Order: sequence, then C-alpha cells, then structure tokens
Amino acid sequence: MAIQMLLAPIRLFGRHVLDFIEKSGGMFMLLVQILLESKSIIRDRRLVLEQMELIGVRSLPLVLITSLFTGAVSSWQAAYQFEGFVSMSVLGGATSLAIFIELGPVLTALVLAGRVGASIAAELGTMKVTEQIDALESLAISPVRYLAMPRYWASITMLPILTIFSEFIALMGAFIVANQLLGVSTAMFFDSVQQFFRLRNVFGGLAKALAFGGTIAIVGCYVGFRTYGGAEGVGRSTIEAFVLSAALILVNDYILATIIF
Amino acid sequence: MIEIIDLHKSFNGNPVLRGVDLQIHKGEAHVIIGRSGCGKSVLLKHIIGLLRPDKGDVVVDGIALSRLKRRDMYRVRKKIGMLFQNSALFDSMTVEDNIALGVREHRMFPDAEVRRRVAELLEMVGLPGIQRMFPSELSGGMRKRVALARALMMEPEYVLYDEPTTGLDPIMADSINELMIRINEAMGVTSVVVTHDMASAYKVGDKMSMLEEGKVIFTGTPEEIQASDNPIIQQFIRGSQSPDLSESVLQKAR
Repeated sequence: MAIQMLLAPIRLFGRHVLDFIEKSGGMFMLLVQILLESKSIIRDRRLVLEQMELIGVRSLPLVLITSLFTGAVSSWQAAYQFEGFVSMSVLGGATSLAIFIELGPVLTALVLAGRVGASIAAELGTMKVTEQIDALESLAISPVRYLAMPRYWASITMLPILTIFSEFIALMGAFIVANQLLGVSTAMFFDSVQQFFRLRNVFGGLAKALAFGGTIAIVGCYVGFRTYGGAEGVGRSTIEAFVLSAALILVNDYILATIIF
Repeated sequence: MIEIIDLHKSFNGNPVLRGVDLQIHKGEAHVIIGRSGCGKSVLLKHIIGLLRPDKGDVVVDGIALSRLKRRDMYRVRKKIGMLFQNSALFDSMTVEDNIALGVREHRMFPDAEVRRRVAELLEMVGLPGIQRMFPSELSGGMRKRVALARALMMEPEYVLYDEPTTGLDPIMADSINELMIRINEAMGVTSVVVTHDMASAYKVGDKMSMLEEGKVIFTGTPEEIQASDNPIIQQFIRGSQSPDLSESVLQKAR
C-alpha cells in the first residue's frame, strides 16, 4: 500500500513524459508531412491566400489594440523604474529595445495563439468529429495538403508582418505616454530610439516571430486532427491548442533568445 | 470485386472485427446488417482504406489495400464513392463546391463541364437549382442527397453507404432507397450498404450479410435470410427481443 502511494506520483510523471514525447513526435511528423506537401504550394496558392487573409488581415485590429497598450504600459513602467536612477532621455531607446526584441514578437504570437491557434484547432476538430476529414480522404484529397499546409505557410508569413505592425504601434503607444504624460520631448524620445536602434535586434525579433508562426499553426493543426468525442472534444482541443502553443512560444522564445542575442 | 479476407480490428484492446470474410461482386447491391456498434461502419471504413486492419486485408479489383502507399491508396479511392452517416458535407462550402471538390482538386474536367455535371447530379437526386445554398440551410434528407451527389461526382465503380436512412422520416427514407436503386440501375455501380433498417435492406439489397460479434454469420439473398432458422438472424430481422432465446442458444448460433 505504502509502495503504491510512493509510486503514484512517479507513474503520473512518467505518463506526462510519455505524453510529451508522443506529442512532440506527432508534431514533428506533421511538420515533415507539411513540408513534403508544400511542393504543391503554387497550385494551392488560393488556399494559402485565403488563410493569409483569415490569419493576418482579420487579426490586425486585435494585434494593434494590444500593441498600443503594451507600448504605453512599457513606457510608463520603465519611467517608474528609472525614476531617480536613470535619465528619462534613454526612455525611448529602452522601450523600443524591449518592443523589438521581446514584446512585439512574443505578444503578437500570444494574441495569435489565442485567436488563430485555437480557431484552427476548433475548425479542424469539428471537421474531424463530423467525419469531414474522412470525407476529404474518401475523395482522395490529403487533409495535410488541403488543410494544414496552407495554414502553416499563412501563419509563418503573416506573423512577422503582424509583428512589424505591432512594433510600430507599440512604439507609438510608448511615445504618446512618454510625451503626453511623462514630459519627454519628441526629439529626446526619438533620438534615444535611434541611438539604441540595431537592425540585428529587429531581424532577431522577426526571426522569432517566424518560428512562433510555425509553432501556432503546427500545434493548432496537430491538436485539431487528433480531436475525438464530439462537441466536448472540440472544446478540449481548443483549450489544449492555446495552452500548448502559448507554452511552446515561451519555451522557444527562451531558446531562440539565447541563440540569436 | 471487393474481397474482405480474415479482417481483424481492435480499438484500445477491444476487438470490433474478429475475422470478417466477405466477397462483394461487381454490379451487386450488397447490404450488411447488424446491431448498432457491431462494427458495420468500421468494416466500411476498411473498404475505402480510412482504417488499416490489425490483421487480414481488403482486396479491391485485385489490389490489397493494407500495404498500399498513400498515392496508390488515393488511386483506389477514386474508384469508390462514400456516403457518410451524417453526410459529412463541408460546412464552409456551397452545395456546388461540396459536390465539385473532388473533381476540381483532381482536375478531372474543365470548369464548365464540372458545373454542368453538378447541375445534372442535383437534378438526379431531386434537388435542382440548390448549387448556391450552404449545408446549414438544408434538411437532413437534402444533406444526404447532396452527399450522395458528391459521392457520385467522380464516377465511382463502387458506392459505399453508411446508414443512408438513419435519422430520416419513413417517407424520406423510402425516397433515399428509391434513389439508391435508381443509381444502381442508371450508373451500373456496385453498392455496399451498411444499415440496421430492415425495410431499407430488403428494398435495395440483392445480397445481404449479417455481422454479429465481429464476424459475418450469414450471407445470402433477402429471401434466404428471411428463411434462415438462425435465432440471432430471426431476432434481428423481426426486431424483437425473444424471451425464449437463452444465452446458450445464442452462443451456439454464433
């Protein structure tokens, strides 16, 4: 009895490890299949463009609003921490650096994980439980080519583009707060931005956005394709897709930060 | 011809098919009957290669499916149309796009020809002029007919029907039966119909097989099945739970 109680947490841990390995392997295999199916990307450009509109254009308002307030709060928080120690003349540079390297790519990715990753999982999950995926197969159409491949390429291209928009608007948010509420002049703010600006930081951030875009699409498609159990299963998949992609975005962020910067 | 040889399939350790042997000849309308959950739909999904067997094989026109690569499997699937139990229409597409998806993806016909054939098939299933409607705007019976038109669009040699009349009122169910008979005659296809609706089975089938406990326990004509003295078959086709059939009698019959 005592041994059983001692073994229970080990068993639980083992089950989670096995589950993690299975999911990682499954997502890697899906990525390989998507890359193999990508030879038809020119032929399937209409599907990719449709997804680019859904993933990119329709996410823009949410990304812009989130970015505006993120920039604003980062400027306010930085000023609070600088007070008495650091000159306000570096406020523009410090916030812009945080926006280009970290806030822009990561927050855009997290917003898209909620809006796009979860919706991919819900859409494909519904198709799975209502046999629409089987119907595609019965028509000799590969679901990976028809459904996952366009979502992957659309997500991987649109996330860096959305990140550029996000970074610009966040910088504007930071500037408005610095200028209107903290008394930093326009010239002082943008001189500091220019002084701290390194193209490498911007490209590093965009490289991260590229990886996050791939992560969101792969997780959404993988979880969607594995859905079972009707409406309840679709709900479970939607949550799982968001939680898994948000966690992977943050883990990847750390790994990529140590490599790039 | 479709040959099913010693087919076994389990899910999470629960055996569903335990050695199914069956032959479906060209031009036949073969009805597979059996209780809910006895593995009829699982069997149908093996015939079109959506599921891979644990043991045994399905052979379609001399091609064994279990070891086929995906590309070769798709070549076989183009010969087979399938009507799914809940129609499985693509929600985001119009009726025309649903029906035309397969031929458009495989670039089988020019677009004008595709539109003409969609109109023709909709006429055939009794729903002319609904090309622009979405599946959410259709009733259950209409969805089945559209799904049937989609299954027929690629000019299949075999059509698989998974519970074609389930969930329909008796009049609509009968009109689906009539449609299946008309399609068999007009297009010369081989039909495999999975159902537990005996009225439908007698009407459309020229051969019937009964699946019980994961095995085929009877194959014959509708007349032969009615004349069978197997208590399990009699119990099923009468649709009654006979109190005089003890478990030992049923076990012997299996």
